[in-house]
Amino acid sequence: MTALIEIKGVRHAYATAAGPLPVLDGLEVSVEEGGFCAVVGPSGCGKSTLTRLIAGLMRPDEGEVWLHGKQVRGPRSTVGMAFQNPVLLEWRTILKNVMLPLEIVPNGLKGKAAVDRARHLLSLVGLEGFEDKRPSELSGGMRQRASLCRALVHQPEVLILDEPFGALDAFTREDLWQTMHDLKAKEPFTGVLITHDLRESIFLGDQVIVLSGRPARTQYVMNIDRSAPANLEDLYTAEAAERLSILRHQIEIAQGRVPEEAAS
Amino acid sequence: MRRLRNVAVPFIAMLVFLALWEALVWLNGWPNYKMASPSDLWPAYTRYWQLFLVMGWQTLWRTVVGLLLAVIVGMAFGMIMGFSRTMREALYPLLVGFNAIPKATVVPIVALMFVGMHDFNTILIAFMISFFPIAVSVSIGLSTLEPEYRDILRSLGASQTTIFWKIALPKTLPEFFGALKVSVTLAFIGTNLMEIVSPHGRGLGALFDSGKINSDYPLMFAVLIALAVLGIVLYYVVVGLEKIFAGWAVRSPH
Repeated sequence: MTALIEIKGVRHAYATAAGPLPVLDGLEVSVEEGGFCAVVGPSGCGKSTLTRLIAGLMRPDEGEVWLHGKQVRGPRSTVGMAFQNPVLLEWRTILKNVMLPLEIVPNGLKGKAAVDRARHLLSLVGLEGFEDKRPSELSGGMRQRASLCRALVHQPEVLILDEPFGALDAFTREDLWQTMHDLKAKEPFTGVLITHDLRESIFLGDQVIVLSGRPARTQYVMNIDRSAPANLEDLYTAEAAERLSILRHQIEIAQGRVPEEAAS
Repeated sequence: MRRLRNVAVPFIAMLVFLALWEALVWLNGWPNYKMASPSDLWPAYTRYWQLFLVMGWQTLWRTVVGLLLAVIVGMAFGMIMGFSRTMREALYPLLVGFNAIPKATVVPIVALMFVGMHDFNTILIAFMISFFPIAVSVSIGLSTLEPEYRDILRSLGASQTTIFWKIALPKTLPEFFGALKVSVTLAFIGTNLMEIVSPHGRGLGALFDSGKINSDYPLMFAVLIALAVLGIVLYYVVVGLEKIFAGWAVRSPH
């Protein structure tokens, strides 16, 4: 399998009034086609910068970002994004919101084909019958589901999720984790998920990357076998507990609370 | 039922207001050169109704043209300041300063600058006094657009123009209409400033002036009420447009 997303030796610093603020320093990420990479790390370590790099919304000072064998030099229409804030457009119905990317990308579906595609995705996430509602008429979880549909409607090569479930309550969040697995089974995609939730990372990712504190580098990579269908019960096994314990320890190192030597 | 209420409540409120006004004048025994009462207005309207129609129309069309100009220029300034921080920092003090100048002092300058161009002068003052709220609200609406909205479209390769038409403009419409409601009343003030001060004898402002010259106090009050009626009409036109173009911003009560 080829790596669809390849981030090599990326360094980046933001210009601030107090001089350059390095956020990324030696970032290495490699995600195979069809893979799902969960990225965890301390707050403010540059995780969102990572999503903007992959989306081509900014270019790194140093290093390279490759998508499907092409170096990323600017925005590409083969990316779908969803954020913690679902940012649905209040003046459009849910259906029209989902169809938005098709109006922008070149060769996007038009007319009835576009409507059918959007309706199909909405039915996959359980929003059948809500097509003509306004975003404000939906609950937070439903809005986030619609936002996921919008990110997938143009069949992007890469789905970038920046803490999409962060603002939801625990039960809704677990519902959406399951939805993600259902979606992935029917609409295969390659994904990068930024999250603060370690349980979420091991439940959704086939690869979990721990970033160090700012400036962030790739500190630890955990691979998880995803051949068996995911089940929420898996989170309560001894294996899961061990993974969580390893990740938690890595986060503590990233936060600088434990010296690194003691860990390895 | 709700429709009836929507019409009946403002109507009854207006009747109550007129009754209180009449009572106030009657109880104090004020002569009509001190304060005219609603019952004095009726003779003024029946006597000069043709003048009211002609002058009212002159005031109305010039106000509307001034307002349209304010919408176009205000939107343009708002867009420039909303998208560019440098331009915002450069233009804000200038606009605030310009807005702080009392327009009554600008009237003679404009009248001298464009001697004889009465319609143009009047429209110009109506425009000058009413474009500021529109420029400010559009610029605030655009500059406070959450970055995620932009990113969603930018990551798909959308141009700035596409982002403006698909997201920035519709998202700013509620603020725009809020400002337009303020601008409607301001534009009437502008039109009348010019009509009262400059001696070209057109519009309700001129009618007010002739009432003053002839010591016809009920006529002066009648003009004020006519202006109020025009203001209300134009205000509700804006409310109607708002319902059509930004109705989504009004959430139905659950």
